[in-house]
Amino acid sequence: MNEHSMTADLEPYTTADGRRIGGVMMDLRNITLRFGGVTAIKDISFDIREGEIRAIIGPNGAGKSSMLNVISGFYVPQEGEVWFRGKRRPALRPYQVARQGIARTFQNIALFDGMTVLDNIMTGRLTMMKSGLVAQALWWGSAEREEILHRERVERIIDFLEIQNLRKTPVGRLPYGLKKRVELARALAAEPSLLLLDEPMAGMNVEEKEDMSRFILDVNDEFGTTIALIEHDMGVVMDLSDRVVVMDYGRKIGDGTPSEVRNNQAVIDAYLGVAHD
Amino acid sequence: MEQLLYVSEIVVNGLMTGVMYALVALGFVLIYKASGVFNYAQGVMALFAAMTLVGIQQGQVPFAHLINALTGMHVSNFGWNVPAVLAIALTAGVMVLLAIAIQKLVLQHLVGQEPIILFMATLGLAYFLEGLGDVMWGADVKTLDVGLPQGISDAAEALTARLTGYGFFIDRLDIWAAIIATALVAALVAFSQYTKQGRAMRAVADDHQAALSVGISLKFVWIMVWSIAGFVALVAGIMWGTKSGVQFSLSLIALKALPVLMLGGFTSIPGAIVGGLIIGVGEKLFEYFVGPMIGGATETWFAYVLALGFLVFRPQGLFGERIIERV
Repeated sequence: MNEHSMTADLEPYTTADGRRIGGVMMDLRNITLRFGGVTAIKDISFDIREGEIRAIIGPNGAGKSSMLNVISGFYVPQEGEVWFRGKRRPALRPYQVARQGIARTFQNIALFDGMTVLDNIMTGRLTMMKSGLVAQALWWGSAEREEILHRERVERIIDFLEIQNLRKTPVGRLPYGLKKRVELARALAAEPSLLLLDEPMAGMNVEEKEDMSRFILDVNDEFGTTIALIEHDMGVVMDLSDRVVVMDYGRKIGDGTPSEVRNNQAVIDAYLGVAHD
Repeated sequence: MEQLLYVSEIVVNGLMTGVMYALVALGFVLIYKASGVFNYAQGVMALFAAMTLVGIQQGQVPFAHLINALTGMHVSNFGWNVPAVLAIALTAGVMVLLAIAIQKLVLQHLVGQEPIILFMATLGLAYFLEGLGDVMWGADVKTLDVGLPQGISDAAEALTARLTGYGFFIDRLDIWAAIIATALVAALVAFSQYTKQGRAMRAVADDHQAALSVGISLKFVWIMVWSIAGFVALVAGIMWGTKSGVQFSLSLIALKALPVLMLGGFTSIPGAIVGGLIIGVGEKLFEYFVGPMIGGATETWFAYVLALGFLVFRPQGLFGERIIERV
């Protein structure tokens, strides 16, 4: 049986490094996801609290990415409920989920290769643009002001992620590590309340991993963005996250703080104790 | 001198014809850019738009033959004439409805399929639309007149006569087609570069998943793109329909758009224009210089041979994105 996360202590608290963790933002209840005869996720429940960094870990094929795809609306689970900000979320299309303030990155980087870094990041703000079609095409009054406002926000993110010199570079030409960073920038441009990162450090060298860890912590700290991430690198996960969900073969086998998870026998058997890489 | 001027006249007329080719090619590029689908039905859409326009303008009862056959009535005409501007607006509305129907009945069910599957679907769509047009408006040849000036332009003749001493024969309709096509292209470029909807269109063309993740609705973008393609088809239908009558052969001008696309590249709006102009001028000059030596009638095949040459030496066209295979 899965212990239900409702049992967790829900009082807001302040972490050792001074960040404020609030109530439950996203609550996943008894989620089951099947593809034909294959069950990718079996009856999993956990929650994500306001302001925290929540990690989902597990061996390859454990169903981590599927879980993230359920949260972002790319997959609709056959059973279970998704509660967001105290309301049960109906089955939404991915673009509708994005408009609710849930942004994401992809394991295999999904950027617009034909556009520049700046244009890619600007797409993150597309749904916030309000001026009329003709005004935009002719660069009239409100359209101009609006464009400048969005551009300012985007510039702030560009500075934050230290990619100032890449603004006009077509994304297709960037090396892997920088592509990952641009993808993060685009997700941040939407000013999400919940940010989903699918293996943000996969395939990076140690230095790039350190940079990315720093960015994730800074995003959480400065913008107050709640973050749910999937990661393979155990060391990174343990350092970054406030709480960790451990999955194996589509089931939840552990849930708690990094130290709790590290000492959980089921987790050690399934993941840490067995050689996976 | 005399011959040089005559050749110049041929070039000018070639450019005008080229604009008309470019108009049709533009519709293909739009849909190809936004969804990677080669829309075989683009030519038939132009025919369907022209038929609908004539039908609305002349107050024809849609499906008149069908209604008569089923009910024994004898309806054919409402007995009114709709002003050209209103008729064009109504036809544009019909093209939007068509775009919505295509998205709901065809595209939505084929999301994520191979491009060849979508291509086959548009092939079916072409035959369906052809039949629908006939059933709705009748299969007879119709004349389309929305008030565009026709015939040889006296002004152009007088102007060129004063400048060079030799009066060029230029069709007034061709001049208008060039003006309208230029305005259309400018509007399309402004739309796709600067508006939110245009950016969303480019985003969808680039990566579906990424577009979804930033809150873009694929459904909305597809309906929008097919509506615009329908609108471009309407403009092409008006031009070609005014020039050569609204009849089945109108849908075959789409075939002329193919070599235009191979020259210009399937993904480039300026490419469609330049490709159209090159083929328009090329086939006229070829006919003039080489035609007499090999028995004439070269205009029917010149464009295709040129396209074949491009396929061999520059498959991405003049302006298309370079095809690079990463290993």
